[in-house]
Amino acid sequence: MAKILIPTPLRPYTDKQDAVDVAGATVGELLADLTRKHSGLKGHLYNEQGKLRSFVNIYVNDEDIRYLQHEKTPVAADDTVSIIPSVAGGAPAVTEAPTLSNDEVKRYSRHLIMPEVGMEGQRKLKAASVLCIGAGGLGSPAAMYLAAAGVGRLGIVDFDVVDFSNLQRQILHGTPDVGRSKLASAKDRLNALNPEIQIDTYETALSSQNALKLFEPYDVIVDGTDNFPTRYLVNDACVLLGKPNAYGSIFRFEGQASVFGAKDGPCYRCLYPEPPPPGLVPSCAEGGVLGVLPGIIGVIQATETIKLILGVGEPLVGRFLIFDALRMKFRELKLRRDPECPVCGTHPTVTHLIDYEQFCGVTPAAPEPAVVSNATEITSLELKQRLDRGDKLKIVDVREPNEWQICRIPGAVLIPLGDVPRRYHELDPNDELIMQCRSGVRSAKAADFLRSVGFPRVLNLKGGILDWIDKVDPSQPKY
Amino acid sequence: MSDHALIVTRDVEAAIRRHGEATYPHECCGALVGRDGRVTATVALPNTTEEGPRRRFLVRPSDYREAERRSSELGGELLGFYHSHPDHPARPSQYDLDHAWPTFAYIIVAVANKSSHDMTVWYLKEDRSSFEEGTLNHGEDSHSNAAPAVHG
Repeated sequence: MAKILIPTPLRPYTDKQDAVDVAGATVGELLADLTRKHSGLKGHLYNEQGKLRSFVNIYVNDEDIRYLQHEKTPVAADDTVSIIPSVAGGAPAVTEAPTLSNDEVKRYSRHLIMPEVGMEGQRKLKAASVLCIGAGGLGSPAAMYLAAAGVGRLGIVDFDVVDFSNLQRQILHGTPDVGRSKLASAKDRLNALNPEIQIDTYETALSSQNALKLFEPYDVIVDGTDNFPTRYLVNDACVLLGKPNAYGSIFRFEGQASVFGAKDGPCYRCLYPEPPPPGLVPSCAEGGVLGVLPGIIGVIQATETIKLILGVGEPLVGRFLIFDALRMKFRELKLRRDPECPVCGTHPTVTHLIDYEQFCGVTPAAPEPAVVSNATEITSLELKQRLDRGDKLKIVDVREPNEWQICRIPGAVLIPLGDVPRRYHELDPNDELIMQCRSGVRSAKAADFLRSVGFPRVLNLKGGILDWIDKVDPSQPKY
Repeated sequence: MSDHALIVTRDVEAAIRRHGEATYPHECCGALVGRDGRVTATVALPNTTEEGPRRRFLVRPSDYREAERRSSELGGELLGFYHSHPDHPARPSQYDLDHAWPTFAYIIVAVANKSSHDMTVWYLKEDRSSFEEGTLNHGEDSHSNAAPAVHG
């Protein structure tokens, strides 16, 4: 015979007694006798499998039976056995994903019938949050498929305005959106696609000051940036916060994708500890990109993001995928986490976000090289006046032939910058030369070269043909 | 809505709200002390969860014993517990249900942005299948229609 002390919430089941005399030699036997005498207790003490519920604590004197012999703990006649509650609860957590409405069940039915997704996976997607850096070429397909798939919260960071030159690949935006903010356009498109999800927009340039705060509430970051400073910034912020980065990049016919910053996986810096010298690797704005390419790479980023959320398959962690659209081939490089990596290595030297413009050798401002002084430049309006006056000027366009086909200044000759050292003898040193390209940077280099080989009168057209079209000849298209 | 009704004094309500705001964005928890469906005092308890206090609370057995002891000292009974839901509505979660004790009153206060909002009270159904929402009344108000059960 022993006494079991009954806690307040169970006393209604023991005729309000705070102690009950029961028979048995072990805790298990005593509890069995207790629930025989007061059957209402059973469902509250034991779960459906007949095990004591986790929040039911049984003490023999002052010792929890979990530290004794559990229900086999022997009990002597003078021992006191107590049932002591622990009280637990809390708000819905990730482990308890939100449920789906009937409309959502219909919408996601092709997911729900797949064993790899199913109801549990779809609820995980609904509970998940993903931040897309950029609503451009990569961000467009990634955000659209993530929205369609039912990722519950989608954030987008961008500060740009939709331009005609975006429409060849940035399928979030349509022709009527030209001139609108990309975020407003993206939000309309994504809302139309899936009104069930939450879309948060951040009209700001991602920076070392705001990146950690912006990333913090999101589960996965999708890097759709087009420049090295932001790429390193996204990488470092993801590593510092321990968030996976679904990475993609594109150029002309070639794309790359990987998942960086995953637990135990490598980061972008393990692959490229240092950025390339500024200007060596052209951007899409400079070199062009096949319009469908971001579709392929952005969708790979969305696929990896969804796999990370569902926890299925083999993520692109430690693998660097290279896609060649011309040959229609995928290659895969193995990547290992570098123990010497400055940000994710064993002894990191980058422990907070730095100045990434400086790190990548990019100085903001100064679109034209400082070596070009005013005396060596001519403006579009001055050029027009002198041509109208009948001055004998030779205009040399140093762009590529495909650019020449888009627009040109009447009377100009074409010698691409790379050919100038080989072909400058086609030019007459007695002529006054006007060097011209798209915006004035390449032509300044050509002008410097020609002066260095003895051409006395060389002027660079400031602002290139873009400025010429703006100020003199708006009938021609810009690119 | 069930037949359960709980009366809380203004002081009790204020104490629960203050506690939830002070621990935000973490959950707070504490005991409700009183008699005959009327809560006259609270005992703030430490949240000892190891699963992340933003989404969980846990009152250890030792703190539960302390709550029972304080209830007797205050001349009342342990009527139940309160906890906060930071940035979530004042409705019980599945986790709340899985861990609920019968007969206790469970007060939940929603806290968003450091300020408390809805306050609700819940009772476990006898078959443990769900909670029933009770009516939360204010003690000092004598006329019954001034009892703002604060709905989630």
